[in-house]
Amino acid sequence: MLTFVAGKAAGDGRLAACAPQISFGATRRLRITGVKRENFLRSRPDVGYNRPMLQTARPKKKSQPKAPVHEKYIEAFRWILLTRTFEEKLASMYRGGRITGGVYVGKGQEAVSVACGIFLQKGDIFAPLIRDQAGRSAFGEPLVDVARTYFGSRTGPMRGRDGNIHRGSPRDGQLAMISHLGAMVSVVVGSLMAKRGRGEKNFIGLTTIGEGGMQTGASHEGMNIAAVEHVPLVVVATNNHYAYSTPNDREFACANLVDRARGYGFEGYELDGTDLAQCLDVIGTAVKRARAGRPPQLVVASILRLAGHGEHDDFSYVTDDIRKEPFAIDCLQRADAFIKERELADAGTLQRWREEAAEEVENAFSAAQKEPVPTGEEEDWCAISTRDLVDAIE
Amino acid sequence: MSITYLEAIREAQAKLLRDDKRVFIYGQDVGGSFGGAFKATKGLAKEFPGRVLNTPISEDAMVGTAIGAALEGMRPIVEMQFADFSSIALNQILNNAGTHYWRTNIPVPITVRLPSGGTKGSGPFHSQSMESLYAHYPGLIVMTPATVEDAYTMLIDAVAIDDPVVYCEHKYLYYHLKADNLPNDRMAVGKARIARTGRDLTIVSYSAMLHESLSAAEEIAKEGFEIEVVDLRTVKPLDTATVLASVARTGRLLAVGESFPWGGVTAEVIARVSTEGFHLLDAAPARVNAKDTPIPYHPNLWSTHRPSAKLIATKARQLLRE
Ligand SMILES: Cc1ncc(C[n+]2csc(CCOP(=O)(O)OP(=O)(O)O)c2C)c(N)n1
Ligand SMILES: [Mg+2]
Repeated sequence: MLTFVAGKAAGDGRLAACAPQISFGATRRLRITGVKRENFLRSRPDVGYNRPMLQTARPKKKSQPKAPVHEKYIEAFRWILLTRTFEEKLASMYRGGRITGGVYVGKGQEAVSVACGIFLQKGDIFAPLIRDQAGRSAFGEPLVDVARTYFGSRTGPMRGRDGNIHRGSPRDGQLAMISHLGAMVSVVVGSLMAKRGRGEKNFIGLTTIGEGGMQTGASHEGMNIAAVEHVPLVVVATNNHYAYSTPNDREFACANLVDRARGYGFEGYELDGTDLAQCLDVIGTAVKRARAGRPPQLVVASILRLAGHGEHDDFSYVTDDIRKEPFAIDCLQRADAFIKERELADAGTLQRWREEAAEEVENAFSAAQKEPVPTGEEEDWCAISTRDLVDAIE
Repeated sequence: MSITYLEAIREAQAKLLRDDKRVFIYGQDVGGSFGGAFKATKGLAKEFPGRVLNTPISEDAMVGTAIGAALEGMRPIVEMQFADFSSIALNQILNNAGTHYWRTNIPVPITVRLPSGGTKGSGPFHSQSMESLYAHYPGLIVMTPATVEDAYTMLIDAVAIDDPVVYCEHKYLYYHLKADNLPNDRMAVGKARIARTGRDLTIVSYSAMLHESLSAAEEIAKEGFEIEVVDLRTVKPLDTATVLASVARTGRLLAVGESFPWGGVTAEVIARVSTEGFHLLDAAPARVNAKDTPIPYHPNLWSTHRPSAKLIATKARQLLRE
């Protein structure tokens, strides 16, 4: 059974009042009660974040029968492990002054992210954002390309012209995000329209966005046009409770972001992003439904960003209260515990996986490090491909 | 047969849709039996089902969608209802389309059509000329056709070019400008045209201002001066060589544009001639632009705000006296 349907906390009048709309089959719980929607933040503007808006799906009760383990659980876990290992190394290199510019990691969000990449196939379009290393890797981005981009290697996909997370390989279906949040949603829509126009079948697009990025005009325009064009799109929104330092209560005032699904003409689901099993279930289902021709899908994951916005940021603005919330659990630790509890792998195997991840990370960095970096004199300073139309200015 | 500038744009799109199945048109009200706010796509939705698509009022998403489609091999034409509203899509045009080739080595062949420039009674938000702004950013080609022939051939060229093209079509010329036939041959993109030959002064202009400049030149011809008028055709790339060659003949330069005065195409023309052809100049170059205020509604105000043949002639006379 899918547990993520909006309005899942049946006893919680507050959430039930605002959320339930889209669901399927037996899990449907359309209960719009007469509960008054309080918004205590409005009367207590000093509160660090808006508690009534917390959108955490609670972990399943222990007494529930054990659900079968998702077939991709272990594969996903290993991508998470690889990502965490890679990003820890990256962060330490940043602290050591070996990376120019910013370093942005997805610590705590890897379970959501990996689920975004792992169900995609050749021919699909993936437009990842800042915290999607796990998803990018699962979709097929070689780790060495990440290292190359951070080092600005001439051999890398961005050739020193763009850095860090602003990278991609559009010919392989992985779009190269621009910084401007929300801008990639409509780009995916266009790619999907072109594929449909060509008569391709069975493809989807998936793009990610933060709860902060969801508030841009571009994001609204993109979601709306996706539904108007009825393209097979999945938008995975991660509410990590902050946009840089700004908490939810200064980001949006709707009761629940997943409610927007109905407004846009999407199908919408919530999930607990700390739980890899749920991430795989819910996002996997959304991907399937998009492939099956359902309307665009919106998944809203709840999580806490367990690192700074970038490595330059000590995230001291994250309150102690919020660090104790269930959505602040580390998805990697939780998955690790789950594997042990369910005896999916023994201690030795886990250790071997960690060592293999470390080795792969080492290889990626050391390979990229040896590569040449660009030079200003040798650079081809030309921003268009039509050479005879270059504006010749002296 | 007689064909207007607007009909030439429609005909070019019809030809593009007919000849190239990668082409589709995406914009507000372009589809159905309506055919666009100015009728630039009239009848095309019917002739080419599924390829002339109405969009929501979402300029950002319209261009974003076009970018995505272009990356997948399509040749989208986005129609902005008015150039002014492309401000909403600036991010997609400048930051997404304009950076993509540089960043990834993959160009984005989109064409964004901007119904541009002032017409009587259109006011601050339906009159703007945005070519200077787009030309400022790397990665874009900016076309400003001034004739029926160019309106036709340059739109066809725009779609053929692998890079993003901002195609500024002038609303004032839509109905005012007529030609006998659609052209059979075309001038290369990026090349300026000598629209009128002369020996005493060079006026460099483009789009609707070309015609004001030509009228000014005719006026002044009665006084015994022959003005050469250069039609830039594309403002980016800017054909500096043709401009310099003309200034070499005349020794005097007046740059005329309809956009706002701060920076922009006229400033760029003067900067290039001053730096690359200083020795060619017999007098300090001058320019005429719209005023540095929003574009006014009332025709009395508008006709003063916008550079007119009269104002251009006055400036030209001053320059000729120097
Ligand atoms: C349109 C836009 N404005 C501002 C920024 C600067 N910026 C980069 S990331 C970020 C916070 C994003 O928050 P969210 O979308 O919640 O993603 P998160 O960082 O939490 O994963 C901001 C403000 C941007 N990239 N784009
Ligand atoms: Mg956030």
